[in-house]
Amino acid sequence: MRAPDLLRFATRSLAGARTRTLLMLLAMSIGVASVVVLTALGEGARRYVVGEFAQLGTHLLIMLPGRSETTGGAPPLFGETPRDLTLNDALALLRDRSVMRVAPLTVGNAPVSRGSREREVTVIGATHDFFPIRHLKIGSGRPLPEMDPERSANVAVLGSGLRRELFGNSRALGQWVRINDRRFRVIGILGEGGESLGQNLDDMVVIPVASAQSLFNTPSLFRVLIQARSEEDIARAQSAARDIIRERHDGEDDVTIITQDALLNTFDGILRALTYTVGGIAGISLAVAGILIMNVMLVAVSQRVAEIGLLKALGAPERQVLRMFLVESILLAGAGAALGVLIAVIAIFALQQLFPAFPIAAPLWAPLAAVGVAITTGLVFGVLPARRAARLDPVRALTGR
Amino acid sequence: MIELDRVERDFLVGDETVHALSEVSLTLPAGDYASVMGPSGSGKSTLLNVLGLLDRPNSGSYLLDGVETTAEPEEERAALRRNHIGFVFQAFHLIPRLSAADNIGLPMLLAGVEPRERAARVHEVLESLDLTDRGHHRPDQLSGGQRQRVAIGRAIVMRPSLLLADEPTGNLDQHAGNEVVALLEQLNASGITLVVVTHDPAIGKRARRRIRMVDGRIESDTRADAGT
Repeated sequence: MRAPDLLRFATRSLAGARTRTLLMLLAMSIGVASVVVLTALGEGARRYVVGEFAQLGTHLLIMLPGRSETTGGAPPLFGETPRDLTLNDALALLRDRSVMRVAPLTVGNAPVSRGSREREVTVIGATHDFFPIRHLKIGSGRPLPEMDPERSANVAVLGSGLRRELFGNSRALGQWVRINDRRFRVIGILGEGGESLGQNLDDMVVIPVASAQSLFNTPSLFRVLIQARSEEDIARAQSAARDIIRERHDGEDDVTIITQDALLNTFDGILRALTYTVGGIAGISLAVAGILIMNVMLVAVSQRVAEIGLLKALGAPERQVLRMFLVESILLAGAGAALGVLIAVIAIFALQQLFPAFPIAAPLWAPLAAVGVAITTGLVFGVLPARRAARLDPVRALTGR
Repeated sequence: MIELDRVERDFLVGDETVHALSEVSLTLPAGDYASVMGPSGSGKSTLLNVLGLLDRPNSGSYLLDGVETTAEPEEERAALRRNHIGFVFQAFHLIPRLSAADNIGLPMLLAGVEPRERAARVHEVLESLDLTDRGHHRPDQLSGGQRQRVAIGRAIVMRPSLLLADEPTGNLDQHAGNEVVALLEQLNASGITLVVVTHDPAIGKRARRRIRMVDGRIESDTRADAGT
């Protein structure tokens, strides 16, 4: 039997049992569509989180003073003094050529006031490089100037929310604000919506790091952001930073370095696993659809006993009858899968229109896997009915006994 | 040429063994025209199924055109059916979703004949059956006689040497039945061996050779004079 004839014969017998075929297509397409849409949602969540991390800055390492965070309780018994992470430590990191930029940070809370309005906000002591490293956008004015990090300067960049609260609708650039008991001139305003990972940058003020150190009266840094030159340099920058600090701290390895990518990879892995899980759960519906196909084909075989007997009388060997019925189930599964992918594409498009901020998109493997599983299901669950058809005794089949 | 030698066919019904065929020996030369008659359960359908390679005897030998068929594997027997044997059934057994032309072309479809040749041969057969204008009709749009003629067309489209008809007029009125028998005889006249199983003595008598079966045995096998 020629392949096109085989396909046409199967198509026509499926078309002959219209209701059954349509129900079957529905079951299969719902299965495939749910796999594709759910994995697309999972993938969307992953992309969303990865995107959030990317906003933090690229090729980023974060250095924390190792012990100062754990000295909340009793002093260490060994007599080790926690060494501060100083501005000079941070600047020394620039010696290694894998390090592109560093941003030493001092963070504290202080009242910021203008006239009678006063707000208690987070004050970040930073340098010019803090802005490019964190991809911070300047709404108006300019960022902190490029200058010697050890010099203080009475300039400040306000978050947009803070600006609104202190200045209302009047002009803020060039005006003075008071932080604690010092006066700072406003030189820039951060862009709106500067939010990343729950940290709202709208209610912050950024001043030069040396000014912040004297404001809070501490030589210690809260942390140092290090930007590596490239993806490949991250590991090198990490070990170089550790070596430099150890050398400067008399051989003590007393800083913690977190790579943002390690954190990112963890999240990426978790969400990927979640996507697979959700896809797998939806895959159960494919198995259900497969069993339905088996059911439908078994009914078809028992309804077409006479036809099968005839085919055998006309000289169709068992293998051919088997093939004819297998092609029918595979066609059912394949057409259902194609329909399912179509439904999924429409559903994903609709979701994209409804939630433009959420980067929902089906990974390429999802429709391929779903269609593959669907057709395999059709094949596997088609075998039993097809074999039953192939083994029918033609004499009994023709006489309807 | 058909040669049956001491063919046995037993069925197990419950605990009992029924001898549907016992010691049946029969030789039909090519181009012969035989009717098989007998009461229900006499084994005439079983004989037809054995002749048509749908059923396999328990013992004995069956040579079809010199080929010993009983030992052939199922695949080969299917091929022999395809190329050498045509069936006509009482219930027609047309596929309802296919047109008359497609029903006639079905054996060639299964045999993998090229579509162009298929169309030509179907057309030829429709013409010889006087059904050219019915080619696109589905079976439920045809009369009983027309349906049986389509079924005969399907039986001969592979140009078999043996045509087996099981009660071909059983579901037809007298007029349509006579037409169908006339058509079968016309095919026999062109050289096909024809075996008709029937209850109807009028039809049975038209055959040159009349085989009567009782209890799985050939009771009588008479040859009429040509022309009667």
